[in-house]
Amino acid sequence: MAQTITINPPGITEEQIRSLKKGDMVSISGIILTGRDTAHKYIKDNFLHGEIPEAERETYEGLKKFLHGGILYHAGPVVLNDPNGQPYITAVGPTTSLREEPYEYDVIKHFGVRAVIGKGGMGEKTLSACKEFGAVYLHAIGGAAAYTAKSIRKVHGNFKPEFGTPEAFWILEVENLECVVTMDAHGESLHADILQSSSSAAKEILGGIH
Amino acid sequence: MEEQQNTRAPEPWPRKEMFEPLHGKAESRVDAILLLIREASTNLPGDVISSLSEQKAKESDGSQAQRALGIILENIEIAYDAKTPICQDTGTNIFHVHYPVGTSTIALRNEITQAVRRATELGYLRPNSVDSITGKNSGDNTGIGLPSLYFHEWEKDHLEIKLMLKGGGCENVGAQYALPESRLGAGRDLAGVKKVVLDAVLQAQGRGCSPGILGVGIGGDRVSGALLAKEQLFRTLEDQSPDPLLADAEAEMLEKSNQLGIGPMGFGGATTLLSVKMAKMHRIPASFFVSTSYMCWASRRKSLVLKQDNTYIIE
Ligand code: SF4
Repeated sequence: MAQTITINPPGITEEQIRSLKKGDMVSISGIILTGRDTAHKYIKDNFLHGEIPEAERETYEGLKKFLHGGILYHAGPVVLNDPNGQPYITAVGPTTSLREEPYEYDVIKHFGVRAVIGKGGMGEKTLSACKEFGAVYLHAIGGAAAYTAKSIRKVHGNFKPEFGTPEAFWILEVENLECVVTMDAHGESLHADILQSSSSAAKEILGGIH
Repeated sequence: MEEQQNTRAPEPWPRKEMFEPLHGKAESRVDAILLLIREASTNLPGDVISSLSEQKAKESDGSQAQRALGIILENIEIAYDAKTPICQDTGTNIFHVHYPVGTSTIALRNEITQAVRRATELGYLRPNSVDSITGKNSGDNTGIGLPSLYFHEWEKDHLEIKLMLKGGGCENVGAQYALPESRLGAGRDLAGVKKVVLDAVLQAQGRGCSPGILGVGIGGDRVSGALLAKEQLFRTLEDQSPDPLLADAEAEMLEKSNQLGIGPMGFGGATTLLSVKMAKMHRIPASFFVSTSYMCWASRRKSLVLKQDNTYIIE
């Protein structure tokens, strides 16, 4: 039976994550970080090969604070400024995660990320990172940007604003952000299941088209 | 790091109006186009909303599929009330402009571009145009080839602008097949077309933010066929192809696609597609292309009819 579990990033334990199973719901309250294409490339280019460049050290420490035991959200928000020049987010749905597949294993490993939120699922390599290091993939509802924005309590600024609005790392405080576990830390993936069942259905249907 | 309450200031906007066309008189053409963009980004066409809620009732109670559709519907309402984008990916801004004889397309191009810039400032559109090589964001949704504009002169004396916001997730799962396609046993006939259409839906899985709408362009060349496929996404969901063979094929492929069980978001379920729309065009004997264009559930299409005196209808 699917369960709903509350997790509070950053500070999610490996035990919590390993207790989750494909199909479970999680409700997230805490602080999460957004990051998509430029962010992943930046992490790979600067942090994954030995020495951290001096110029990037401050960003590195900042990212680590939120990613260790934390959640990385594949999203590029719409951000507006209020009359005081402070940012607020009106739309922040998940983006397609598969684009980050080449990077995610190493990002999870390096930072000890406990969950990645996105849409569409990820591949074998990320699934194996989930299993090895104790992480899950959480599926948000693609396109439900206004709904997701509603669960944002505060925007605590960002890292790397020079990447542009969608690509910067935004620090978001969320409350009751609900997602489905579609890849768990036991090597199970709902995406792989559906691919398999729909492929065999297609085979049968194709045979009937003349 | 500054902290800020994530507040929005929605104007009250009664829900029943969601299905109503918007009438009025604009100060200028730019204002009318800006309103068109706002409507496209923040409110879905009524037929799409209705279809999503009908499908929600068909999914089994308590399933992830039903829950996903529930969130989608809630999202649509929130975006409508707050006049914020339904989806943060406000996509490629594709305008099809039908203009009366004697109207300057240079002026129209400038006005549409201005409206796009304004809409970006106001947050109806996300800055979504980047240099293909450097990745630098232009910041205002303009750039080489953007916004995407198609001009068609016509004999009516009013202007009609159709706008589609085509998101990246769904655009990326569009496909083009050249028949025959031996992997699928698809020959150069209608059965072959149906086979590749099914394959396109299978390959897309939930990645185009299903439940989606599939546009299919049969024939043409690689460019015209793809364009034809995408133009089908301007049709309402109830609309059937005037060609009886294709009308049947549309219904058949909708049913068969939904038998794949991919479901909303690829969570599994009965609703993989909301509609299939097909059209054909002539081709040269040597080429037989089938092009598909996938539109996500956030099927943002609106049209603006603008009279000479700047009275408008947006629906
Ligand atoms: S595919 Fe559509 S609904 Fe999904 S993220 Fe892209 S624009 Fe939004």
